[in-house]
Order: sequence, then C-alpha cells, then structure tokens
Amino acid sequence: MIFNLAVILSLQLAGEALARGLGLPAPGPVVGMALLLVAFMLRPGLAARMQETTRGILSHLSLLFVPAGVGVITHAEALGQTGPALLAAIVLSTALALAAGALSFVAVARLTAKTGARE
Amino acid sequence: MTPLPDIWSYLSAEPLLWLTATLVAYLIGDAAARFARGNPLVNPVLVAMILLAALLWLTRTPYGTYFEGAQFVHFLLGPATVALAGPLHANLHHVRRALLPMLAALLVGSCTAMASALWIAEAFGVSGAQLASLAPKSTTAPVAIGIAENLGGLPTLTAGLVILTGIIGAVIVTPLMNALRIRDWRARGFAVGVAAHGIGTARAFQVNETAGAFAGIGMGLNALLTALIAPYVLSLFH
Repeated sequence: MIFNLAVILSLQLAGEALARGLGLPAPGPVVGMALLLVAFMLRPGLAARMQETTRGILSHLSLLFVPAGVGVITHAEALGQTGPALLAAIVLSTALALAAGALSFVAVARLTAKTGARE
Repeated sequence: MTPLPDIWSYLSAEPLLWLTATLVAYLIGDAAARFARGNPLVNPVLVAMILLAALLWLTRTPYGTYFEGAQFVHFLLGPATVALAGPLHANLHHVRRALLPMLAALLVGSCTAMASALWIAEAFGVSGAQLASLAPKSTTAPVAIGIAENLGGLPTLTAGLVILTGIIGAVIVTPLMNALRIRDWRARGFAVGVAAHGIGTARAFQVNETAGAFAGIGMGLNALLTALIAPYVLSLFH
C-alpha cells in the first residue's frame, strides 16, 4: 500500500518536474500518468501489484471534485449576470460534444472495420 | 465547561471540521444517489456541493477557511490522475484496436466542446476573462485551472464551470446516448471522458468498466489536446 502510494506520488513529482523543466503544455499529473503507463508496459508485474490501489483511488473519483466545486459560491455575484448565458453554453456544448464525439467514434470504427475485413 | 460558541469558533477554524464535513456530505450524496437508484440527476458531487454551500452560508464561513480543511481531499486529484494509468493499461488491447476511432472522436469532441461553448456564450454577451475561463471547461480540474491561467481567465471560476460541465455531462450522457442508439461502450465512454472529464469518467465507471476505461483515456488525451489548441480556438472569439 505505502509502496504503491510512493510510486504514484514519485511519478506525479517526476511529471511535475518534467512539465515545468521542459515547459510542456501538459500538466504534471498527466505527464505522471504517461510515465506510470510506460512503467506498467515495461513491467506488467507492477500493474498487477498496484491494481488494488489504483482501483481504490479511482472508485471514489467524484469525491475529489467536491472541494473545488463548492468554490462556485465565491462567484455568486458575477454569475448573477452572466450565469444563465454560461449555463446555456455549458449545457448545449456538452450535449453537442458528447453526440459529435460518440458518433465520430462509431463512424470511424465502422469504416476501419470494413477496410479491415476487405484486406 | 467551555461555552458552545467558543467550541464552535475553535473547531470552525480547524481543518478537521471541514475535512469531516466534506466526507460526510459526499457520503450523504452517495447514499442519496443510491436511494434514487442511480438516477443521474441525483449526482453525489452535486448533492455534496449544495449541502456544503448551504452549511458555509448558514455558518458564515468563508470559502478560504473551508478549503483549509478540504484541501486534503482536493490534493488527491493529482495522484488520481496518475492512477488512471491502471485502467488505461488494463484496457490497452482495446486502445490498440480502436486507435483511429479514438483519434477522430478526440479531435471532433474536443473542438466541438470548446468552439460551441465559446460561440454560444459570446452570442449571449459573455466576454473577456469570463470567456477565457469557459474555454477549458471540458478538461479535468487541475489541467483546466492551469490552462485558464495561461489564457487570462479566472481560475476559481474555471473550477466551478469545470464541475458544472462534469455534472451536466454525467447527467445527460446515458439518456443522450440511448436516444442516439449508440450501444458501443467504447464510444459512449470515450465521448464522456472528452466532454465531461473526471465526473463523466466516474459516471462511466458506475455504468460499465469498459466505458470507464475509455472515459479515462478520453479525459487524459483531451487534457493534452486542449492545452495545445485552447489559445488558438479562443483567439477566434476575440
């Protein structure tokens, strides 16, 4: 357990250092995720060993968004004016992005399956 | 015996109280979601947010004081992002097989999310820093905050818009995908990861493990892509 947490935190730290040091556009934890993925590919045993910990952290992922979410109240005043516009933008754009993303996935999956069958 | 107001003024300034309140509010939200049998409108994050906001308002506690305690939970966002490598690795065989569909869905989903949000908000009169705060709303919170800072947005507003996007995505994804008759769990998961980051991913994991893994991949890739293209997309709207 402690070993697994140390691995995760070390790679986050390395990701943070790499992202800042090299001026990468990706944030540190995303670079850390890529590093851990590479480690898992090189040593599949590590992935099996850490499975319980990664599942444990991810099973209550939504809890981790609560503190930042409560911060919306600090913008109550500004949101009184532009709130409805921002809400409309978020609802419509999220629905459009979901539909467009899933439909293009299905369309390209169908295309590649067809060309694959012909070969 | 110490008078009650004194005990309160001591506890309300300590991290313990607000850390406990965050966990208890989430447990109540989780129980409410279970009681509603997974009805996505009863989202655990939304319930917890409303309970905590009401509690802060009733006790006149500043958000900064609350965050002193809640930051221990907030900190785990980073390690959780790293831990996404777990399901990603477990589903690598899916990824190899679906590389092209994923790239297409990533490009189309990410650009649609950003451009349509900015276009609609601008049409309703939103401008300047608020518009910049809106641009990265589909990416995961720590990433979005960094992007908003680069773009001249308001990081705390971005955090709120990111959460809202996640909740809305989690609420509408299942009925929307059913209406569109998309039954491919990979497509459903990947699209919700791209459009609604971690909250969408959490929702996808509740519904189906393959969908959850693809949502995690979509979220990770969109964090990278949005960081790269957000400045260009935003410049089209100034």
